[in-house]
Amino acid sequence: MTKPAKRGRPASTDGGLSDAPCYLRLYIAGQTPKSLAALANLRRICADYPGPEKFKIEIIDLVKNPALAQADQIFAIPTLVKKLPLPIRKIIGDLSDTERVLVGLDLRPL
Amino acid sequence: MTASRTKPKIEPLQKAPTGIEGFDEVTGGGLPRGRPTLICGGPGCGKTLFGVEFLVKGAIEHGEPGVFVAFEETADELAKNVAALGFNFQDLIQKKLLWIDYVHIERSEIAETGEYDLEGLFVRLNHAIDSIGAKRVVLDTIEVLFSGLPNHAILRAELRRLFRWLKQKGVTAIITGERGDGNTITRQGLEEYVSDCVITLDHRITDQVSTRRLRVVKYRGSSHGTNEYPFLIDESGVTVMPVTSMGLSHAVPTDRISTGLPELDTMFGGEGYYRASSMLVSGTAGTGKSSIAAAFADGTCRRGERCLYFAFEESASQIVRNMCSIGIDLQPWIDKGLLQIHAARPALHGLETHLAIIQKRVQHAHPKTVIIDPITNFMAAGIELDIHAMLGRLLDFLKTNQVTSMFTSLTLGGAALEKSEAGISSLMDAWILLRDIEVNGERNRILHLLKARGTPHSNQVREFLLTSTGISLVAGYQGTGAVLTGSARLAQDAHARALETERQQEIAATQRRLEHERQILEAKVSALRTEYETKEDELTRALEKEHTIQVGLSSENTAMQRSRKLPDTPTASQSVHRTRPHPTKAKHT
Repeated sequence: MTKPAKRGRPASTDGGLSDAPCYLRLYIAGQTPKSLAALANLRRICADYPGPEKFKIEIIDLVKNPALAQADQIFAIPTLVKKLPLPIRKIIGDLSDTERVLVGLDLRPL
Repeated sequence: MTASRTKPKIEPLQKAPTGIEGFDEVTGGGLPRGRPTLICGGPGCGKTLFGVEFLVKGAIEHGEPGVFVAFEETADELAKNVAALGFNFQDLIQKKLLWIDYVHIERSEIAETGEYDLEGLFVRLNHAIDSIGAKRVVLDTIEVLFSGLPNHAILRAELRRLFRWLKQKGVTAIITGERGDGNTITRQGLEEYVSDCVITLDHRITDQVSTRRLRVVKYRGSSHGTNEYPFLIDESGVTVMPVTSMGLSHAVPTDRISTGLPELDTMFGGEGYYRASSMLVSGTAGTGKSSIAAAFADGTCRRGERCLYFAFEESASQIVRNMCSIGIDLQPWIDKGLLQIHAARPALHGLETHLAIIQKRVQHAHPKTVIIDPITNFMAAGIELDIHAMLGRLLDFLKTNQVTSMFTSLTLGGAALEKSEAGISSLMDAWILLRDIEVNGERNRILHLLKARGTPHSNQVREFLLTSTGISLVAGYQGTGAVLTGSARLAQDAHARALETERQQEIAATQRRLEHERQILEAKVSALRTEYETKEDELTRALEKEHTIQVGLSSENTAMQRSRKLPDTPTASQSVHRTRPHPTKAKHT
C-alpha cells in the first residue's frame, strides 16, 4: 500500500516467481510473543499461498547469533527479509496482515 | 559488565573526560559517566565530529573502547571524513578500540505489518559493546529512525527503552539529534528521553561570518558553565574555548620586559614595561604602528623568547620584507621557530573564532609575547561591543598565561586621536600614541606615552624616525614654543648651533682681549721696572765710586800724616774731603 510504484514490478517480468524458490529469512530475538506470532503468521501465509512458488524459510535468532544482524541491516524485530528473488524486501512486524505481507514481498501482483 | 561502575553507592557524579580541548573544562570533567548525553544542532555544526572525537580520544587517551552507531554514513565514509583530522579508524578498529556499525534504514525497502520492536538494534548494540568491552557509545543520529519508520508510537517507546538500557549497560553515550524548530531542542523531541545532559551546538552566521558555539543546556548532578562557548573545528578536531571562565585574578609579575627599542624603554622608566601587561599602540595610517610591533617581536626573539604575531593586514612574507626596509630582519627568527606569524583576514572568521584560534595557538606555542596587528580590523568582523568583550577576554587569557601583549590600533582619519577605535584603552596597561604632524609641507611622526600603569614614564613627545638602520626616537626641539620635528627641527638645530658658535666666538674674543690687556699691562710693568733698574744701577754705581774715592782720600791722608808724623784726626779730615770732590767725581762717570 505504501509504495504503489514498486508494487507494479511483478514476478511476470522476471519470470522467477513461478520457477525459482523464494528465499525468506525471518529474524527474531528469543522466544518473545511477537517473534512467535511472526513465525506462526509466516508459516500460515506460506501454507495458504495459492501460487506455485516454493518458499524456503530460514529463521535466525539474534539472541543466539547477534553478529548476523549487521549483514541484513536488521534493527527491528521481527523482520522478514526476502532474499530472493530480487529486489530484497523487508517486512517488519509480526506479519499479522497477510495482504500487506504479500504486497511487501512483491508476491501478489495487483 | 560495565554497569557496576555507575550503579552502586551514592557519590558525586563521575565524569568521562571527552578529550575535547576545553570541553572538559566547561563541564568540570566531561560527560556524565554511564549516562546518555544528547548533542543537538543544525546540519554541519559538528555533532558527528564531536561524537567521533569523544570515541577516538576516549580510546587513545583513556583506554576506553567505543562503539559508533552510524545511521547516516557508512563506516567507510566516516573513516574517510575523519581521516582528514588525523584519526585512523582502521587502526583503532583493528586494536578493538573502536567498533563502527552502520545501520542502514531505507524506507522504500521496508513494509510494516503489525507489532514490532527495535530489539534488532539492541542486539546489534549489545553485540558491539560486548565484543570490544565498550565504555562509550555514540548514536549518530538516531532521528533517522523517525523518517525510516512510520510508526512513531512504537519508536518513541523503544527509544525510551533504549536510553534506559544504555544506562543499565553503564556506557557513556552520546546521542546526536537535529536541532528542532520552535519549542523543542531537537526535531523529534529527543530531550524528552535523554535528560541527563543536553548540549547544543550552533553555527550562527552574522554578517556573512559564521561562528560556532556550544552551550551546555542541562547537566544533571553537576555544575557547568552556562554560557555559549565558541568552538573551533580545525585540523586537530573540536576545540572549545571556555573563555568567559576567566576572572581578574591573574598573578602579576614585577619584572620588566624590553619593548625592543632602547630609547622607548627609557621612556618607560628605563626598563621597558611589566611582563604580562598589555600595550596599545595607536595611531593614524602610516604612523609606524607595525614597525613598533616588529621591533617588539625582534626584541622578544633577541632574548630567545617566543613571539606570536597575529597579522590581520599583511601576509607573513610581506611583513618580513617590509620590516627589512627599516633594518629589522625577522626571517632568522622565523627560521629558528622563535617567531610565528599568523596572517588572516579578519572577515575569515567571526570574532569568537578568532579569539578561539588565538587562544589555541597561544596554548600550543607558549609564547612570551603576542602581537595583534591591528585590532581595529576586527571591526570588519563584529560590532564594537563584541570586540570590546572579546578583547577583554583575550587580555584576561593572555595575562593569566603571563604573556605580554602588544596591540596596534588604527585611528581613522578625523577621529579623535586619543579615542581608540574599539574603546579598549581602559583594558590596556600602557598606551603609546603615534601621531603625524604636518608642518612646513612635511609630515613627521611623533610618539608619546599616554599612559603606562605602574611605571614612571616620560612625558616627553619624541620624534619617531624610521631609518634604514632601525627605529630611533629623537628628542624633539625643546626650546620655547612648540615641539619641532623633521626639517623644522633640523633647522632649529642648525639655528641653535649657529647661535652657539657665535656665543663661543664671542667668549673667545673676550678672552683674547683680556689676554691682550694683560700683556700690555705686563709690558708697561716691565718697562717701568727696567727704568727703575737702570736708575738704581746708576745710583748704586755713583755711590760706590764716591765710596772708593772716600777710601782713597782717607788712605792718602793717613799716609800723609804718617809721613808728617801727625796724629790721626780722621773724623774732621774725612768730612772735609767727602764734600769737596763729590761733584767732580760724579761728572767723571
